[in-house]
Amino acid sequence: MEYITLTVDGQTVQVEKGKTVLDAIQAAGIKVPTLCYHPELRPEGACRLCVVEVKGAKTLVASCVAPAADGMEVKTNTPFVREARRTALELLLANHPNDCLTCERNGNCELQTLAHDLGVREVRYQGPKRSAAKDASSPAIVRDPEKCILCGRCVRMCGEVQEVAALGYVGRGWDTMVLPLFDRGLAEVACVNCGQCTTVCPTGAITEKSYVDEVWDALGDPNKHVIVQTAPAVRVSVAEALGMPVGTIATGKMVAGLRRLGFDRVFDTDFTADLTIIEEGHELLERLNSGGTLPLITSCSPGWIKFCEHFYPDLLPHLSTCKSPQQMFGAVAKTYYAEKMGLKPEDIYVVSIMPCTAKKFEAQRPEMTASGVADVDAVLTTRELARMFKEAGIDFATLPDEEYDAPLGISTGAGAIFGATGGVMEAALRTVYEVVTGETLENLDFTEVRGLEGVKEASVDLNGKTVKVAVAHGLANAKKVLERIKAGEGDWQFVEIMCCPGGCIGGGGQPIPVDREKRAARIKAIYEVDASMPMRKSHENPAVVTLYQEFLGKPLSEKSHELLHTHYTPRPRF
Amino acid sequence: MSGCACGNSGPQYPELEEILARYAGQRGALIPVLQEVQAAYGYIFEDAIVRIAEALGIPATSVYGVATFYAQFHLKPRGRHVVRVCQGTACHVRGAAKILAAVEKELGIKPGETTEDLRFTIEPVACLGCCGLAPVMMVNDDTHGRLTPDKVAEILAAYE
Repeated sequence: MEYITLTVDGQTVQVEKGKTVLDAIQAAGIKVPTLCYHPELRPEGACRLCVVEVKGAKTLVASCVAPAADGMEVKTNTPFVREARRTALELLLANHPNDCLTCERNGNCELQTLAHDLGVREVRYQGPKRSAAKDASSPAIVRDPEKCILCGRCVRMCGEVQEVAALGYVGRGWDTMVLPLFDRGLAEVACVNCGQCTTVCPTGAITEKSYVDEVWDALGDPNKHVIVQTAPAVRVSVAEALGMPVGTIATGKMVAGLRRLGFDRVFDTDFTADLTIIEEGHELLERLNSGGTLPLITSCSPGWIKFCEHFYPDLLPHLSTCKSPQQMFGAVAKTYYAEKMGLKPEDIYVVSIMPCTAKKFEAQRPEMTASGVADVDAVLTTRELARMFKEAGIDFATLPDEEYDAPLGISTGAGAIFGATGGVMEAALRTVYEVVTGETLENLDFTEVRGLEGVKEASVDLNGKTVKVAVAHGLANAKKVLERIKAGEGDWQFVEIMCCPGGCIGGGGQPIPVDREKRAARIKAIYEVDASMPMRKSHENPAVVTLYQEFLGKPLSEKSHELLHTHYTPRPRF
Repeated sequence: MSGCACGNSGPQYPELEEILARYAGQRGALIPVLQEVQAAYGYIFEDAIVRIAEALGIPATSVYGVATFYAQFHLKPRGRHVVRVCQGTACHVRGAAKILAAVEKELGIKPGETTEDLRFTIEPVACLGCCGLAPVMMVNDDTHGRLTPDKVAEILAAYE
């Protein structure tokens, strides 16, 4: 690797050739303000907040796009630089609503933080402000174009990382807006509801649609039996959303906090993740043995499902017919659990805490009513749960550790790793191996499918038969795998696809900001949860075994199909 | 896109398909394609944006972004005759505002709009560059100079 040397504010710094001036500045331990820059996206150099002086350059240089050069002398903090940055910021603020106090992102807004940090105490420029209606057509995501500063981070995330391109620039100059195609609502275009746009938006222009008020209402209704399920990834991120270190495992505190919010039972989506493994594992074996459509592709990630419906409808027969763990939970809760409790499905209110915005859409799919009513009533993101804890005055850090309720709160480590890319695959292999070979799996860790590499491949020996698998996360990576399947090149039997980079721990409902290091820390925590569990194989979950004995019969039974399996709908690409 | 449900065989927009076929596989084809589509159909319609995106392998939001960025592209049907009333400095001091007002009154539309019968579109224009004829307007490629508001109705009546 070739290195170049430059000076930043008098410090000598060495960086790899090809790095930007901003990389060099950060290597020197100096923080310059940025807004359109995001560490996981292609830099665009649009906002001019990261400008610096470079000796010999005629104008200020946008450090996020300027290549670092040998011998460069960079100054990041001169009167000229400070004035230019503040002016650029004031011009953005001149066209921004002054409603910080009631904004969703109040307290976690990059524009607000910069206005504070750069010492903007008045805006010298007055003029008309953009006026545009909110788009609340989607059950998952709300757009408020008046708060948009046109940084384009959502456009790059949606178009380049996810390759969905539901959002684009429209118009020119003052009239420019970021909009879905033909200025339609997000619900009317090929948006997959992944919510990655909400995690990179620096302001409140794109946020999740909140269902907190609905959940408070249900909790306050004495006639409702209100139960909650928590997704695998939430236990390693809710503490982060409340200001604790990234990667803090807070399973017990979260359970305690949910009880204090007033939920009648605190259950775990990990339970139905285990159930998913039993159903999907047997579906795989059935397809392998009976010449079914292969590779089988996982169906846990609702953003991925909608992507497949819009962009690869011809591959829908590859999808597992298994509902996601969230929906299996709703169906089991309002039938099996309702029967046990002597309750009618309509008296139970099921709340999901998800790292995900697409789950809000999934819960509202018309086919997700196996119990006769909506199986899941309200879906909250990790961020919304954190807000409920704050509103209720719960001091999260000092909560005791408490246990989930039985039976739908009993789970294994295999259920927990659903939260990380490769986790569903690994959990399935643990079970499929033992079912097929009848032997005990000695080493449970399938490390080839772990980690943040975009596409991972592995092969597993099952009684002399080799099963080839692939794992992809983030939809651009998923596309690579899908194109190979279409071309008949990928000879895999089983493929895991997760919509969001890193899997669910990097979901669109997770704490903001996010970057590769934070994703890695959350993943590490997920595998620590797995390693600490007394049971780590889904088929050993005693509550799942009982569920089959008492209610479902056997995997892929008629009852299973009625409650736990679903079908898919081809949707238009545009 | 093979055909529509109307019972006729063949593509729904044969001219569009012909244009796209000529640019197949070419990089940087988007703007020329948009120009030719507009020349053929008078404006760029939504189905065309979707079909262009499909054929060129780029997102429809990108095609829409380019089509809305440039003033030369129109996303609504335009009139058979385009009226441009000069708003330059010389025309301004010689009463361009009154000429534009007379055109607006005669046609019942504002600049940027099209009459319901698709006969006329008024297009905003900064300067036509023939100040000696001020105040001036163009209808299609015809120049009408030294105007007074009372001449407007008669001029427009000549364009069916």
